[in-house]
Amino acid sequence: MINLLIHFVLMLAMPPLLLGVINKTKALFAGRKGPPLLQSYYDLIKLARKDMVISQTTTWIFVAAPVITLVGILMAGCLVPLGPFHAPVSFTGDLILFAYLFAVGRFFTTAAALDTGSPFEGMGAAREVTFACLSEPALFFALLVLAKMSGTLMLGDLLHAPLMVSGQGDPASLVLVAIGMFILLLAENSRIPVDDPNTHLELTMIHEVMVLDHSGPLLGLILYGASIKLFVLGAVLLHILFPFQSGSALLDWGLFIVEMLGLAVGVGVVESIMARLQMRHVPYLLIAAILFCAFGFVLLVR
Amino acid sequence: MTTPSELLTTGTGRAVAFEKIPRHDLAAFQRIVRREIEGGQRVASFFGSDTGEPGGIDLLMVLANDEDGQLNILSARVEGNSFPSMTPDCNQVHLFEREIAEQFGVRPEGHPWLKPVRYSDPSSLPGSGDFYQVEGDEIHEVAVGPVHAGIIEPGHFRFQCHGEHVFHLEIALGYQHRGIEKALVEQPVKRALHYAETLSGDTTIGHATAYCQLIEALSGCKKTVRAQALRGIALEFERLANHIGDLGALAGDIGFLPTASYCGRIRGDFLNMTAVLCGNRFGRGLLRPGGAGYDLDAAQVDNLLKRLDLGEKDAASAIELMFDAPSVLARLEGNGILPAEICQTLGIVGPVARASGVQRDVRHDHPSGIYRFAQLPLPSWNSGDAFARGYVRWLEIKHSIAFIRDQLHALPAGEIHTATGPLKPGCLAVSLVEGWRGELCHVALTGEQGNVQRYKVTDPSFHNWAGLAHAMRGEQISDFPLNNKSFSLSYCGHDL
Repeated sequence: MINLLIHFVLMLAMPPLLLGVINKTKALFAGRKGPPLLQSYYDLIKLARKDMVISQTTTWIFVAAPVITLVGILMAGCLVPLGPFHAPVSFTGDLILFAYLFAVGRFFTTAAALDTGSPFEGMGAAREVTFACLSEPALFFALLVLAKMSGTLMLGDLLHAPLMVSGQGDPASLVLVAIGMFILLLAENSRIPVDDPNTHLELTMIHEVMVLDHSGPLLGLILYGASIKLFVLGAVLLHILFPFQSGSALLDWGLFIVEMLGLAVGVGVVESIMARLQMRHVPYLLIAAILFCAFGFVLLVR
Repeated sequence: MTTPSELLTTGTGRAVAFEKIPRHDLAAFQRIVRREIEGGQRVASFFGSDTGEPGGIDLLMVLANDEDGQLNILSARVEGNSFPSMTPDCNQVHLFEREIAEQFGVRPEGHPWLKPVRYSDPSSLPGSGDFYQVEGDEIHEVAVGPVHAGIIEPGHFRFQCHGEHVFHLEIALGYQHRGIEKALVEQPVKRALHYAETLSGDTTIGHATAYCQLIEALSGCKKTVRAQALRGIALEFERLANHIGDLGALAGDIGFLPTASYCGRIRGDFLNMTAVLCGNRFGRGLLRPGGAGYDLDAAQVDNLLKRLDLGEKDAASAIELMFDAPSVLARLEGNGILPAEICQTLGIVGPVARASGVQRDVRHDHPSGIYRFAQLPLPSWNSGDAFARGYVRWLEIKHSIAFIRDQLHALPAGEIHTATGPLKPGCLAVSLVEGWRGELCHVALTGEQGNVQRYKVTDPSFHNWAGLAHAMRGEQISDFPLNNKSFSLSYCGHDL
């Protein structure tokens, strides 16, 4: 019960801190002081208190999309176990639901972007769905490897597979899947080298350009949802990267938080030392992610 | 062969009597211009003037012969309200002809794309009118600006795209038209100098140098060597600050953070060095016709040399980090290629032309002031892509630092200012300066009382915007901001 509570508290409260850690890491690399660690929280509070400007050409989809996206991401977050603990919700075949809860959010975000009729947002929507077509197979291959390892189709158990098999399992395929999932994490959360969350250049954006017309609390929901998505996908990746368990619940929660912050630092480091890819090279990177995960699977069943 | 009567040959910073400029009928004028351009000359400036007899305008053209370091001037008279356009077979004049049509209401017949340049007539707003359109079910049009997301100047960009692929880009400017050329006419020197300095804020020294050289040429004033050295130092500091800022912005556009942040700071360091010269970071008030307004003492020279060493070290580490990163090279190389032939056809100038392997630099080809005594190497690259445009800037940074150091170590003694007299009546003078963006061309015509009757400014951006539109053809629309930054053109320098 206590663990369940901690799961929800962490899922709801910690994600904006990850953005703060990423930005602080980038600032250090750039020789700047950077924004305060808690800046993302301040931004969310600021946006929540603002008024909204809603274009007259838009329909209900424009307002509903951020809400549906956030709810979808939160539901997905309920299916993922954090650290060695159990997920709040778990049933056989929930990995399909997990993947498509993200897809629902994406569907409504792109629909809202098209709803505005702006050429920029249409362009962003086209890019988002094109790249999603390539990131989805990578995710499924990764889950397939874990399902094969654990012999279950329940996300909660399957993500604990590396924990169970770390002794006698197949580390080679786990390494490949970890690489593929890290690329996926960067792509899905619109980080460099796929997208640049800080750019102001509307012609080069992918995710940011789709939400240009949202303002105030709606924009706040989108930013909050995006940070939770980073948290949830990060939690999935941590299962593969650090399959350790101490036995003490308190220590395990502490370990999980430290691992999560470490992952945020890792993302910040990648963003600091790499330039963005050309838009036409992004599919190559995503195909590489598919190949890493697929070869992980091949290694497992050979 | 050019017969002496067809062209008047002169150089930068020299005054010639207006009546000595050969005047042709239009057919002969165009025949000579076509022949000279085929022979390798390029159009530095082409403009109309209504200061002659009423009932028509004079067309004046300044052709630059980069090989011989000469400027050739010729003119023609247009009576009535039209003249045959030269644009179809001489693309360099396309914008000049549109400008003449806008300013004097004479129509270049046969111009393929005749529309206003700056929309100076208040009844037509900038960006209004027809744009070139590609038709088709899957073609979409993307319009960007004039209000942009970043803090940049206003300009309108209209893309014809198929998915991410750009077929055509049309650029509409004119939002910052302030009427500077007219304001420079009949102005006291003090105020006109201020206008020249603020013509394009990041090229303060460049435009002020061009203006001062004209006034000195027209009044027959001889500058001291020390004044010339000070001007050269200031011009190179301006180049350094802007090139470093541009490389940082280029890194920012591709999301390469360390270089973006460091260059932003280092640009400030170089602006502060300009402030050591005259107290203003952009060099306002440093130049005066007849010389310089501020001198350097030994302590300032030492201070500058120390700062220069530090700045060089910082700039090298920040910029080399960028050009050593494989992800940066992958992003820049082969992006937005502008071939050398297109540079020649469009008359592209400055680092953009040099990045395409076109060796063109006023400091080298038409030296004036200190550049007659101290030569700078001419950096160039031949790939013509965004990488080359960035890398040529880095090469220029190194050369400029070396140049400034040499000048500071051997600063000539003497006065910094010579008095200028009244301007000679009935004269024309041309002044070319290699600003950090490329060639700045100022031309002035004086009337019978020695008053400035017509003042013509050609900023490098006026030549180069067409190059950007061309480089974008066949590129991805997501690469436009990057290419725009690699050209780094001025909106207000174009809009005047």
